[in-house]
Amino acid sequence: MTLKKALNRILYYCTIIIYVMTIVYPIFLMTVTSLKPTREIFKNPFGFPKGIYLDNYIHLIVKANFDVYFLNSILIVLISLLFIVMVSAPASFVFARYSSRWNTFFYIYFLAGLVIPIRLGTISLLKMFVGMGLNDNIVSLIIINIAVGIPLGVFILTDFIKMIPKDLFDAARLDGCSEPSVFMRVVLPLLMPAISALAIVIFIPIWNDFWFPLILIKSDSMKTIPLATALLFGQYRTNFGLVFAALSMASLPIVAFYLVFSKFFVKGLLHGAIKG
Amino acid sequence: MTTVSLKNVVKRYDKTEVVHGINLEIEDSEFIVLVGPSGCGKSTILRMVAGLEEISDGTIMFGDRIINNTSPKDRNVAMVFQNYALYPHMNVYQNMSFGLKMGKKSKKEIAKRVEKAAGILNIQNLFKRKPGQLSGGQRQRVAMGRAIVRNPDLFLFDEPLSNLDAKLRNKMRVEIKELHQRVKNTIIYVTHDQVEAMTLGDRIVVLRAGHIEQVGSAMELYRNPLNVFVAGFIGNPPMNLVNAQAVKEGGKIKICLSKNWLIEAPAGAISKLKPGQKLVVGLRPDDVILKGLENGSLDNAAQGVVEVIEPLGSEIHVHLNIDGVKITGKCEGSRDITAGERVTMACNMDKLHLFDAKTENVVK
Repeated sequence: MTLKKALNRILYYCTIIIYVMTIVYPIFLMTVTSLKPTREIFKNPFGFPKGIYLDNYIHLIVKANFDVYFLNSILIVLISLLFIVMVSAPASFVFARYSSRWNTFFYIYFLAGLVIPIRLGTISLLKMFVGMGLNDNIVSLIIINIAVGIPLGVFILTDFIKMIPKDLFDAARLDGCSEPSVFMRVVLPLLMPAISALAIVIFIPIWNDFWFPLILIKSDSMKTIPLATALLFGQYRTNFGLVFAALSMASLPIVAFYLVFSKFFVKGLLHGAIKG
Repeated sequence: MTTVSLKNVVKRYDKTEVVHGINLEIEDSEFIVLVGPSGCGKSTILRMVAGLEEISDGTIMFGDRIINNTSPKDRNVAMVFQNYALYPHMNVYQNMSFGLKMGKKSKKEIAKRVEKAAGILNIQNLFKRKPGQLSGGQRQRVAMGRAIVRNPDLFLFDEPLSNLDAKLRNKMRVEIKELHQRVKNTIIYVTHDQVEAMTLGDRIVVLRAGHIEQVGSAMELYRNPLNVFVAGFIGNPPMNLVNAQAVKEGGKIKICLSKNWLIEAPAGAISKLKPGQKLVVGLRPDDVILKGLENGSLDNAAQGVVEVIEPLGSEIHVHLNIDGVKITGKCEGSRDITAGERVTMACNMDKLHLFDAKTENVVK
């Protein structure tokens, strides 16, 4: 191996190691810190804990109601995702499959949601939900998430359906499918990789949303993880052990969700890539 | 099994008419091939028969039943697509049984029919594989199997062999013919390949720009093409088509192919030719007679130079230049012939085709 090649290889590995460290180290630090008492955090901020200290987690679940916040966040994400897929998948099928002037109009109408920041409507939304009696209720958060997610869902899924050969739809029609059953039996199973990608893309902002829970939620029983975590920061004193434990707990579903759905996602990509 | 009638069938996209009043009667159990160049409307006609395209005008009948407004699922037709259109998320068994499942057949009935169709096509060992794990030929067989299991009144094939390599295409062509001989269903088969058309079809429909140019058996089209298009489209290598003119010489009507190449007018055409009439002379490569220079005194013969030879084993395709006119001929593979050689070429006058240059229709 020539010197130039060796140097290139060293540079290559160094770059990868630095890149991996920038991603892994904050997660490592967060997890390790969550397993330390507050005093140890300040004494030894970057080292390993002396022992496994689980009091931060126990405190969060038993005394700080984090189990309730956790459940709220999970419910919001899952119900939002379910409705986003339920609305955007059939809508995308219609947009991709049929062409008419009205179809184009509605497609653009849906996509307009991508370019209009939802936070511009915060006051109006607050007024609306107060009028409907839905403020201080996770239903209001679910409605907002669905409204924000559908345009992205339609955008991703329409493009994906357009890539499915038209002959497949025709074959299904000749095999006895009506249009709804073409969608349910042929399109929907083929959409799984795209739905997985959509779910991964949408899950994180919904899970991490702090703004609308802050505006719309007051009751302790309706709080979400990001809102409750933010409230752990005191004006004069902050229990960093609790904060990091809360953050570690909050990141677990994201990782689990990614691991489950990325399998479908990658499987779908490879299926198309290896053999047509 | 059923007869199919197309009466004045028209297809328009907005104001553009692409199929212009097609009339065609297809007999029960007949294997009919629609052939023509890209854009001639053959796939559109097939899709109209299947119900995948609405017809703009005219009538399509299966037997005595008008099916213009019948949905595809109620027409009892099965179609094999160019790219097979197998459902990628289903395995071979599920692909083949899907239509029966949608038709609410019992599991026992489905299993019986799928097994039988798979037996015909020899694909029982592929049941658990997904389309992505199959070769082109296997996918083709599965696509045919999916059509067979439904026991349809009519099979529709939309260029099913065009994605296969030449060797596999030949093999599958024979299998499709065998399949028809076995199941005896009515088949409409679309292709742009005239070899497929000639080898498969009981009758061939030659299409151009949304019109039927000629309908007939392979040999009818080969021997008696009605116009220049059919003459040039059917046959491989294609028929030699040479611009010519009818002239009067010594009180006789003759045909002038080039400055130094004058041939007698075929007996059957003499009364139909007028001096000065522009013609297209058609001569199949098989009907070109090649002789050595010593035979230069043959009737209607001309001398030319061999420009290119294409040895194919049993025969050699010879490309000649005769006084500026390009002619393709054939000779036995054993013959010793080389590029640059001067030869004498004569025509088999009984097999000469004459077309009017203006109308492009046959004169003789």
